[in-house]
Amino acid sequence: MTLLFNSTKAFATGRRRGTISVPTITLAHGGGGSAMRNLIDDVFVTAFDNPSLDLLEDQARFALADLARLGDRLAFTTDSYVVDPLFFPGGDIGKLAVCGTINDLAVGGAVPLYLTCSVIIEEGLKVDTLRTVAKSMAAAAADAGVQIVTGDTKVVQKGTCDKLFLNTAGVGIIREGLDLGACRCGPGDAVLVNGLLGDHGAAILAARGDMELATAIESDCAALHGLVGYLLKAAPGTRFIRDATRGGLATVLNEAARASNVGIKIMEAATPMREEVKAFCEILGLDPLYLANEGKIICVVPDNEEHAALEAMRAHPLGGQAAVIGRVTDDYPGRVVMDTVLGGQRIVDMLVGDQLPRIC
Amino acid sequence: MKFVDEFRDPEKARSLLGEINKLVARIDICRHRPLALMEVCGGHTHAIFKFGIENMLPDTIELVHGPGCPVCVLPMGRVDDCVALAETPGVIFATFGDAMRVPGSKKSLLHAKGDGADVRMVYSPLDALKLARKHPGREVVFFGLGFETTMPSTALTILQAEREGIKNFSLFCNHITIIPTIKALLDSPEMELDGFLGPGHVSMVIGTRPYRFISEHYKRPMVIAGFEPLDVLQSTWMVLKQIAEGRCEIENQYNRVVPERGNPAALSAVSRVFELREFFEWRGLGSIDHSGVRLRKAFVQYDAEKKFSVPALRIADPKSCQCGEVLKGVIKPWECKVFGKACTPETPLGALMVSSEGACAAYHQYGAINRQRQQDDAA
Repeated sequence: MTLLFNSTKAFATGRRRGTISVPTITLAHGGGGSAMRNLIDDVFVTAFDNPSLDLLEDQARFALADLARLGDRLAFTTDSYVVDPLFFPGGDIGKLAVCGTINDLAVGGAVPLYLTCSVIIEEGLKVDTLRTVAKSMAAAAADAGVQIVTGDTKVVQKGTCDKLFLNTAGVGIIREGLDLGACRCGPGDAVLVNGLLGDHGAAILAARGDMELATAIESDCAALHGLVGYLLKAAPGTRFIRDATRGGLATVLNEAARASNVGIKIMEAATPMREEVKAFCEILGLDPLYLANEGKIICVVPDNEEHAALEAMRAHPLGGQAAVIGRVTDDYPGRVVMDTVLGGQRIVDMLVGDQLPRIC
Repeated sequence: MKFVDEFRDPEKARSLLGEINKLVARIDICRHRPLALMEVCGGHTHAIFKFGIENMLPDTIELVHGPGCPVCVLPMGRVDDCVALAETPGVIFATFGDAMRVPGSKKSLLHAKGDGADVRMVYSPLDALKLARKHPGREVVFFGLGFETTMPSTALTILQAEREGIKNFSLFCNHITIIPTIKALLDSPEMELDGFLGPGHVSMVIGTRPYRFISEHYKRPMVIAGFEPLDVLQSTWMVLKQIAEGRCEIENQYNRVVPERGNPAALSAVSRVFELREFFEWRGLGSIDHSGVRLRKAFVQYDAEKKFSVPALRIADPKSCQCGEVLKGVIKPWECKVFGKACTPETPLGALMVSSEGACAAYHQYGAINRQRQQDDAA
């Protein structure tokens, strides 16, 4: 909790904001003195500009009555972002930190409202890099209709973190009567996804440049609460939603199968995936079912709401290529089984760690 | 995906399976026992599990998953040597990703990295040479492993290092060679194999001729196979056809990649740089004569085993491990005493549980359907 509520906060309006005049961040910028005040003013307060920040307190404050009008439960989540490289096709660490935490709220059925922004900076980072990231966070938050209301800044010695790490916590409100959960899947339910899988993982791997593979694949990084809203309106009986981030589709399905003690059967041929992503995985020996996504949800809906759920997602800009990819079954409880394109069947298990490319 | 989807066509798969069933009905042996076909290469094992091929084939065909996964046959003592090299002050140890999690007697390279050793994952030996150029004050050791498939790229990297006069680069050579290994398997009294799916990528380098002894001396059919599912099915059909017609030949299904004479440029680089060792230790299979290579004397300055001191101890596999019997196809992975209990992908005892090409890891990850079916049948 200290991460969220300690140390330096933003400064009030009416006061002249400090500016930073050096091009590079040093340990002095994390020291709690004027250098840090100037950095926070110039980079974060300017970018995130909103009334809550300007209250100059160690915490953001909300009227409970205002929150209670939106629903009957608070959703609260946190996520850290350490992506390398900081900038990649389709996004950057800032956009990712805003969208990722919004999505963690949205898949619980919550309307996201407020985020925090905690940064850990390696000394030597260019101020312009940080400024670009902060602007990207501000833009993503404005697009999504959420506010970044409090934060924290730390600078650490060279070599003790890699350039820039971010943490965002988020709060949202869940309306009365809505209860989504991995343990609620039952036989006959349909499994849907809102679009092409694996773009983010492939884009990051390609952007890292180790493989010297040129691709046009972009990260799918996007805030999904709007899409989830469409879905829940059309399919109010929805059992479970999860964003398929690290570990990809396979991991989400395994979590649902285990939590509900049911089998999940998916069809390889129905799983939407870009040709470039498939080819990328073929070359590197990766399984696209485990590639990370940052703009994809897997949802399980009752049989009689399958059509409505699919149509609702397809009507949203982030769900144009939504598809039904499988079904919950009585067979193989706790397991995910896939009908392969060839007509065979195989288990799709959890991975132990990272996918490691094969050597021959 | 062009050039891939064509080899995964379910219609063609069905028609090949129909032909395979017809052939099986014609083969006498199948009335008494299942036909044992070994896929030598780990790449085939991976494809068989990934596409669910094993449970599409008739019960009268038993696939034996062979020793052609270079990570899986690496003995514990060599992993200990890797760890010792990686922990030598000043060394950057460059390795393919698959080898990171293979258990040594005390730790894996992944653990050594966690303990502070500078272990880097590379995708090619040339990337390791790049590291040597970039860090002239450090010693870069490349962990060379693999069959003839990866040997040429290591050989060319050594030649490149020599051309550039790079002194801070060396090779910990664990390259192994396929022919003596197949011969050792055929000589093993426990083995009863009816035919082989031959390794595709090794053959791309060595060609089809070195396998002739299999058909001529041991009277077993072999079909050199590609790695797409239809390749595997067609090759299986070709082996069965030979058996049904009483033939024993070396046939080449993968002729879009494998020339009869192999790749002369690759072979010449390999023979310029490497020579056969008298013997090499294999995990589970023991010592096999002439089954490994080392750098020739002319390249001794690139030999990490000469440049640094390595323990070079023979460490016996854990007693409970039955990797050898699995590698020879004597038992199925799940029949091993520790499979899924003491030995899991999280805590592998044997390397077969580590690599995605290892039979145990493949069964653990993909194979439970088939196992369940066989257990149900037995009950």
